[in-house]
Amino acid sequence: MARYSIFSLLRNAARYHRDWPAAWRSPDPRAAYDVVVVGGGGHGLATAYYLAKEHGITNVAVLEKGWLGGGNTGRNTTIIRSNYLWDESAHLYEHSLRLYEGLSQELNYNIMLSQRGVMNLAHNLHDLRELSRRVNANRLNGIDSEILTPEQIKAMVPILDVSPGARYPVLGASLQRRGGVARHDAVAWGFARGADARGVDIIQNCEVTGIRVSDGRVEGVETSRGYIRAGKVAVVVAGHASVLAEMAGFRLPVESHPLQALVSEPVKPIHPNVVMSNAVHVYVSQSDKGELVIGAGIDAYTSYAQRGSLPVVEHQMGALLELFPVFSRLRMLRQWGGIVDVCPDASPIIGKTPVRNLYFNCGWGTGGFKATPGSGWVFAHTVARDEPHALNAAFSLERFTTGALVDEHGAAAVAH
Amino acid sequence: MLLIECPWCGPRDEQEFGYGGEAHIVRPADPHALDDAAWGEYLFMRTNRKGAHRERWVHSEGCRRWFNVVRDTVSHEILAVYRVGEAPPAAGRRGE
Amino acid sequence: MSEQPFRLFAGGRVDRERPLDFVWAGRRLQGYAGDTLASALLANGIHLVGRSFKYHRPRGILSAGAEEPNALVQLERGARTQPNLRATQVELYAGLHAEPQNCWPSLELDVGAINGLVSRLLPAGFYYKTFMWPRDGWMVYERFIRRAAGLGRAPSEGPDPDVYDKMHVHCDVLVVGAGPAGLAAALAAGASGARVILADEQSEPGGSLLATRETLDGEPAARWVERALADLGAMDEVRVLPRTTVFGYHDHNYLTLAERVTDHLPPGSAPDRPRQRLWKVRAREVVLATGAHERPMVFAQNDRPGIMLAGAARTYVNRYGVRPADRALVVAADDGAYAAAVDLADVGVEVTVVDVRAQAPACAEQARARSIEVLAGHGVVRTFGGSRVRAAEVAPLDGTGAGWAGGARTLRCDLVAMCGGWNPTVHLFSQSGGRLAWNAERACFVPAEARQRVRVAGAANGTFSLAAALTEGRAGGDAAARAAGFSGGADVALPAAEEGAEPAPTRALWSLPTRPPGGAPAKHFVDFQNDVTANDVALAAREGYRSVEHLKRYTTTGMGTDQGKTSNVNALGILAGLLGREVPEVGTTTFRPPYTPVTFGVLAGRDVGALADPVRTTPMHRWHVAQGARFEDVGQWKRPWYYPRPGESMHDAVSRECLAARNAVALLDASTLGKIEVRGPDAGELLDRIYTNGFKKLPVGRCRYGLMCREDGMVLDDGVSARLADDRFLVHTTTGNAARVLAWLEEWRQTEWPELRVWCDSVTEQWATASLSGPFARRLLGELTRDIDLDPEAFPFMAWRAGTVAGIPARVMRVSFTGEQSYEVSVGAGFGLALWTAIALAGERYGLTPFGTETMHVLRAEKGFIIAGQDTDGTVTPHDLGLGAMVARHKDFIGKRSLARADTLRADRKQLVGLRTDDPREVLPEGGQIVARAGGRPPVPMLGHVTSSYWSANLGHSIALALVKGGHARLGESLVVQLPQRSVPVTVVAPTFLDPDGERMRG
Repeated sequence: MARYSIFSLLRNAARYHRDWPAAWRSPDPRAAYDVVVVGGGGHGLATAYYLAKEHGITNVAVLEKGWLGGGNTGRNTTIIRSNYLWDESAHLYEHSLRLYEGLSQELNYNIMLSQRGVMNLAHNLHDLRELSRRVNANRLNGIDSEILTPEQIKAMVPILDVSPGARYPVLGASLQRRGGVARHDAVAWGFARGADARGVDIIQNCEVTGIRVSDGRVEGVETSRGYIRAGKVAVVVAGHASVLAEMAGFRLPVESHPLQALVSEPVKPIHPNVVMSNAVHVYVSQSDKGELVIGAGIDAYTSYAQRGSLPVVEHQMGALLELFPVFSRLRMLRQWGGIVDVCPDASPIIGKTPVRNLYFNCGWGTGGFKATPGSGWVFAHTVARDEPHALNAAFSLERFTTGALVDEHGAAAVAH
Repeated sequence: MLLIECPWCGPRDEQEFGYGGEAHIVRPADPHALDDAAWGEYLFMRTNRKGAHRERWVHSEGCRRWFNVVRDTVSHEILAVYRVGEAPPAAGRRGE
Repeated sequence: MSEQPFRLFAGGRVDRERPLDFVWAGRRLQGYAGDTLASALLANGIHLVGRSFKYHRPRGILSAGAEEPNALVQLERGARTQPNLRATQVELYAGLHAEPQNCWPSLELDVGAINGLVSRLLPAGFYYKTFMWPRDGWMVYERFIRRAAGLGRAPSEGPDPDVYDKMHVHCDVLVVGAGPAGLAAALAAGASGARVILADEQSEPGGSLLATRETLDGEPAARWVERALADLGAMDEVRVLPRTTVFGYHDHNYLTLAERVTDHLPPGSAPDRPRQRLWKVRAREVVLATGAHERPMVFAQNDRPGIMLAGAARTYVNRYGVRPADRALVVAADDGAYAAAVDLADVGVEVTVVDVRAQAPACAEQARARSIEVLAGHGVVRTFGGSRVRAAEVAPLDGTGAGWAGGARTLRCDLVAMCGGWNPTVHLFSQSGGRLAWNAERACFVPAEARQRVRVAGAANGTFSLAAALTEGRAGGDAAARAAGFSGGADVALPAAEEGAEPAPTRALWSLPTRPPGGAPAKHFVDFQNDVTANDVALAAREGYRSVEHLKRYTTTGMGTDQGKTSNVNALGILAGLLGREVPEVGTTTFRPPYTPVTFGVLAGRDVGALADPVRTTPMHRWHVAQGARFEDVGQWKRPWYYPRPGESMHDAVSRECLAARNAVALLDASTLGKIEVRGPDAGELLDRIYTNGFKKLPVGRCRYGLMCREDGMVLDDGVSARLADDRFLVHTTTGNAARVLAWLEEWRQTEWPELRVWCDSVTEQWATASLSGPFARRLLGELTRDIDLDPEAFPFMAWRAGTVAGIPARVMRVSFTGEQSYEVSVGAGFGLALWTAIALAGERYGLTPFGTETMHVLRAEKGFIIAGQDTDGTVTPHDLGLGAMVARHKDFIGKRSLARADTLRADRKQLVGLRTDDPREVLPEGGQIVARAGGRPPVPMLGHVTSSYWSANLGHSIALALVKGGHARLGESLVVQLPQRSVPVTVVAPTFLDPDGERMRG
């Protein structure tokens, strides 16, 4: 792997950049692999990378039906944070955030992790109470988290309307300073380059059309480029998990929904960090390019279409302009949707399945990007050892039988 | 925005409706006869079909009635609309 | 006042009788009504209008329309400023004020241009390879990068002084684009009687007909446009919307249009009209006549000011009466360039044509007839100039187009007009789900297979000749109308267009040779705004970013504000060449809404400010306001939180209210509680299946507290239900859950148990409820009613009676959320305020005290009554709350089976308990986490959290409720609430702090 640095950039500049090698090979699939990872998004590539790096398993193929990072990896609002309520989630996402913090150096690929701080706003007394509960839990779990007063919020984000008369008055916020954003494509590309350098075959335009199971044990996958035998198959296909599960003969507790996002035209820096308001469905940050990156709500209906309905965006805009009145004259440049697979408890499934040597990693809902390295890390462990790591043990499929859900919805609404 | 044909009110914008997920999941007559796995299956497991999906909608800002729809979850084309208790029309069986 | 040195004396659609003064970059200039900012600048000889995103290279006006990547300006100042507007689309008005963007200190002298000097260090994706040292270094680099990036500026003050509207409409045929094909389509559809909307993004309909000198029926084409518009105007069912961009094509033929209602007027000059309007159109049929965008040609230094699209040069001459140069070099890969050459020559510009095709096409004759030199088989080697192009080198191309076949010669010129071919504007068609196909002859993507009810006509369909576009437009309009159930449009007369020469194929030469003869590679710009060059595309391909999406994301091609309207196909062509594949094999990118950027304001419409979300208030709201109540937001409701007296703190006020409720009598507005009438012979059966406890046997006249679960066994809501009659219950829900519970009942009733004869209706807003609590409640109520026997024997706890209170027909329920003797008096909502004031007046001598939600919370917590959503969070079962006695053994209900699962049977589940602080004055913060002992390094195991916590003035100590692991077995145990700065020792107690036997409320 050719190392990237300012020096290599200088050297190559002298030769008009004609000698840069490919970031990854484009091999043809072999007949068999020890592990086939289905899905060339961030999670799948990270899984392959950590299989090679942490477990020495390098006879691995990543099969991607389209282009690397073309699913939710390349369609999200790039927010990274670990301030989750329940211990199980907090530990998993915190592990992921720690991996993120060294990822540019580890992968020798600048993923532009910008730890500019993530704020979650509270608009009523109930929000404040829940915020305080979460902040207290985060701190005891070793996750940086603090509560801000409206004055402190205003000082950090002057364009936010914190006047008491606002329709959604800002009564306070939690702040995770280590939270922020990263360049989503770079995460996928960095992991791809890293995995490729360790011998993993990354195969694009290769769609899995069937999963061969015999005696309750997986044998391989049928693909658009032929049958591939596999010792183990690890499926990480956000949005399409149910489709793959059906190929293997079981169902999942997930539903696929469109999640919409949009960006504004680029403007000079105006918004310094990440502001999230769960109550009114506003998630907004400003990219390094200057675009406001805005997450909208999830569409209610099941869909695999990568597009949502207009009312979701209209509603979201009303709420956004209430919080940020100066955005009214900015313009929406691009709007798109991703397919998120949502679990009933808003937590992922990472683990074994009813089929031996077949593993699933899905159900990340709206929160997958921030988990990318951590998800790959624990999933690689699960696949390599045929048992979950302590960090993902709670996220098994069995929890839907026992009832031990990890319910991250929080109390949706106060009711007195 | 989808245009949904309410069986009682006619075609209306999606905004007037609520979504109720997969249709034809029947509540077990005797829940206590089921083991935890079977009960979990009823509670949580979904077909989540890519293609013709049989699903429930409610005209919450109209007649407040629930009804069933067969909709292609890729193209969003609505293939059939039928009332609660009715069997899905033949078109709705496409893709099964 | 300047004199517009490059304005023609006659011609074009500007009104020379209406000069307009405007300010550009601090200079006062003049243009005419009918100008765009771009045409007015060109008339003044100004070509340098902006700086590019990355290298800050000087840039001019490339186009005359929506595809403009370069000429972006900051329009107006203060709260009305708007960044990134395309000068090519900004209509000139008196007093317009515009500034260039992304340059400092000035457009001519821009410090950022230093990036251009080190540009070799900044190839595509350079930032992925650098800025990684030291470990946290990116945060520092990022600060500088962010400052350098971005284009214009957002307003620094809000809110937006303008308003935005929305329209919801249906039509039979929506025609998009009012050029020749669109007008013909609208005429045909309109003639059939169909309801037609014709939307066009420009200031006046006509499209390309306004920009050429073609004739129709032997007259200038604009005459026909006028006649067509007059005909359309006479049709009752046709609506023409100018200045309206159709920007989104959504599911089920739902399209979104942005109308710029007053943007062409001086700011603030039309206060009675909205700035913009969002049209949401459900169209039965759609005809897209959206025209085509001309492609730039990719050659060395093709980005200097003064280098523009040939069609744009032609538009400035013909539509705006501007002579954009003295000497022009026209570069052609397509016949379109010759019309521009001819039009330029006819207004006195000296023109040379360079055609990359080996042979000049038939239409070159017209040019030669004007003594224009035509150099076939030639290309542009490079250009010269600073703030304006001043010369270009041209040379013969070799047969492949990859190299030069001879020496270069330099031509002086102050305009380079280029035509690399035309891209049909397929954006909306693609958004609609339609599939595209590659037309090799014209080297462009054309619509192939529609997925919705849509037709495409004219240039948008790859039909470039005027006569054919008119015919195709008419056919499209007629077919659309027929499909919508109308007929008769096929006979609409069309004007006769001139016969042009047979067009020669476009040459798909995606990039001219990257090196000048014997020179170093020079910058061939593909994406002007984002400074992406042909070499960047090559680098991406070399490094493996070979899918179109990777190319876009790695190089940022097509990611600018123009979304690649002029760059995407060129980039695709270059990539295809590098990969040795055909363009359609490499693919095209998905087009997403919006077609051009749309303001956030128009998407939000009127749903901002007070209308962002409805505010709900009770009939007694005025009284609360007059009494100085502070309010709490509960869902959409405003509920009185507490009623401070002058000088009182919240703590004082709540303590006073709490004491009054326990020692005298106090009054709460309980109108916001959800109320659902459940009627029918099976009403009791329905409630039995929903609630954990039984209701079927509840006698008429009695009330019962009920708990409902989700099917997973977790508590959903609670409340009291009254049996009004054998077949009639009044179900109360919590305030925030009213709609959810009604929907819940309906869902089960309709979808699972349609056999039940029962109906549910919300009556929340039909009733106003005043709740009296306190030892004097009965005596006070006794003064207000004569026909209700309040004797405890006759009217026991958990009963209800009908009668009159204060002369108003009322329903009185003896239920208690405060634990006091309590009566809830409900009257028709219209009588709410009258009832309330009557009670307040009569209560004066009992010391009646109004109280708000905070006091209500304290009083119920003293009793250990839960609030769903505060003491529960969707993970709590009835057993966890200590309400196992309410779980019926001998009937099924929603959620019952789930209570018998492994996890719900665990003994160490989090359970509701009370907490007492060792220091009685210490009030725990809600949300505090509970641990076994203080200190310890994270992660510290947590046992639960404080759900409710208050100072109890009645008890003289603080109280708290908490969910604690295995809490029911921990009574008496000492634990710690660990806060960020300190730890608070607590003792676990039963969650009932006052009157555990309920004597007060029963008495």
